[in-house]
Amino acid sequence: MNNAFIIGQYVPGESIVHRLDPRTKMIIIFMFVIVVFFANSIWSYGLLTVFSLLCALTTRIHFSYILKGLTPVWFLIVFTLLLHLIVTKEGEVLFRIFSYPIYSGAVAQGAAISLRFFLLIMVTSLLTLTTTPIEITDAIESLLQPLKKIRFPVHELALMMSISLRFIPTLMQETEKISKAQASRGVDFRTGTAKERIQAVVPLLVPLFISAFKRAEELAMAMEARGYQGGEGRTKLRELKTDRLDIIVYALFAFVVILLFVIRD
Amino acid sequence: MGKNVMKFQNVWFRYGEDLPWVLQDVSFEISASEWVAVIGHNGSGKSTIAKLMNGLLFPQKGNILINGLEVNEETIWDVRKQVGMVFQNPDNQFVGTTVRDDVAFGLENRGIPREEMIRRLKSSLAAVRMEDYELQEPHRLSGGQKQRVAIAGVLAVSPQIIILDEATAMLDPNGRKEIMQTVKTVKERDDVSLVTITHDLNEVTLADRVLVMNEGKVWMEAPPKNVFAKRDELKEIGLDIPFVTKLAAELTDRNIFLKTEPLNHDELLEELWRFHLNR
Repeated sequence: MNNAFIIGQYVPGESIVHRLDPRTKMIIIFMFVIVVFFANSIWSYGLLTVFSLLCALTTRIHFSYILKGLTPVWFLIVFTLLLHLIVTKEGEVLFRIFSYPIYSGAVAQGAAISLRFFLLIMVTSLLTLTTTPIEITDAIESLLQPLKKIRFPVHELALMMSISLRFIPTLMQETEKISKAQASRGVDFRTGTAKERIQAVVPLLVPLFISAFKRAEELAMAMEARGYQGGEGRTKLRELKTDRLDIIVYALFAFVVILLFVIRD
Repeated sequence: MGKNVMKFQNVWFRYGEDLPWVLQDVSFEISASEWVAVIGHNGSGKSTIAKLMNGLLFPQKGNILINGLEVNEETIWDVRKQVGMVFQNPDNQFVGTTVRDDVAFGLENRGIPREEMIRRLKSSLAAVRMEDYELQEPHRLSGGQKQRVAIAGVLAVSPQIIILDEATAMLDPNGRKEIMQTVKTVKERDDVSLVTITHDLNEVTLADRVLVMNEGKVWMEAPPKNVFAKRDELKEIGLDIPFVTKLAAELTDRNIFLKTEPLNHDELLEELWRFHLNR
């Protein structure tokens, strides 16, 4: 039962990408998302594709597994391509399907946009595949530090995220327990009309919410008893370190970006 | 006994203006490195005592002194450095996403440098024999293991007094034994004062002194053996004496006299052997 409780899609590993500072990964992915929109030629798209594939390879995660994670977005990618084929009317007519003309510009643009989309999703999914949720939380807390100046509650946000992560499995176990208890009292979760099934969820949600509030209250008291007084003057056990590996990765990425701007039209 | 580390002076407490008093004129002292068990049935005010001890609640009348420091709004953070607390529900006091994060939580709150934190984390996890679980997530641990982690979290900040507020109530018999064992070794290792709050008379046998609470008052204050001797009165206020004590009493009723009153299974067995030899 416990194995079903892996949060997110993190795949444990020891690869270079796994070992990178989560902040490095987040910054590079953020930059990549912007840079993708500057590609405008076959060569520049080729460069970005090669870069993304190399990233995927270095994670040592099976490529088919990465693609499987993209299943929900395949539809969007194909849909974008089709839309472009039908709507765009640039260049010369390449061929006709049932006398409907398909233009060369449509093929080029459709392919480019779909590829762009694919690269974006794949690279961002590499983050969640190689980084634990708690590392991502730490990285967000660290990267948002400057916002503290405008009184944005960065520490509180990060604490909220980590407590939620901590309690997801607990509440899932509880949901399972409650649903069994209610099923044994005759609540039917599986059959009936949509309306009936939604109504069946109520006896599940009410006890779950009550217990969640009770937990919250007790947790708050336990935290206070252990001396929690907010983010001021706190030290941290988990620390993020940017080391030589991260600098090399930044340099490599910078090189790719410069190369992109050189070879784009 | 050494100097007193905790002192309740005529403490009165109620949860609201128009609600009945939960504690009425409660006074007692706890000495350094003493083990005191507070016992009483539900609603006797024993959990309220625990919360008063580290400033989660404040009394309406009377004083509470921790090492001579009065517990009030200004001193709570100093008090909480000296008083560590383990609660009843193993899940609802586990803050960290892993064992080491949870043990570190109290240390992080006190702004302890990272190297020191790691050193203390290792030693307190070793004290509760959870060192092999450092990177485990809470939902993969048993209730007893979670409570041991909670004890480690308290130990890490090295308080002078540790309060266990019904820390074994939600555990199975094995988990209970595990925790009582851990508590005992921890007490020997760190020489702390212990306050265990419970409604289970089996758990008070290890204590130096027992405080029996009934309807918000201290009903009796004595060593465990003397408390167990009053089994009929205890029954009246809703407390059941442990099986071993009960058996010894029944034996006495049947004219089988044991030399000393046994407090646990081993002692009982020893006494029975001795009795058998002397026949």
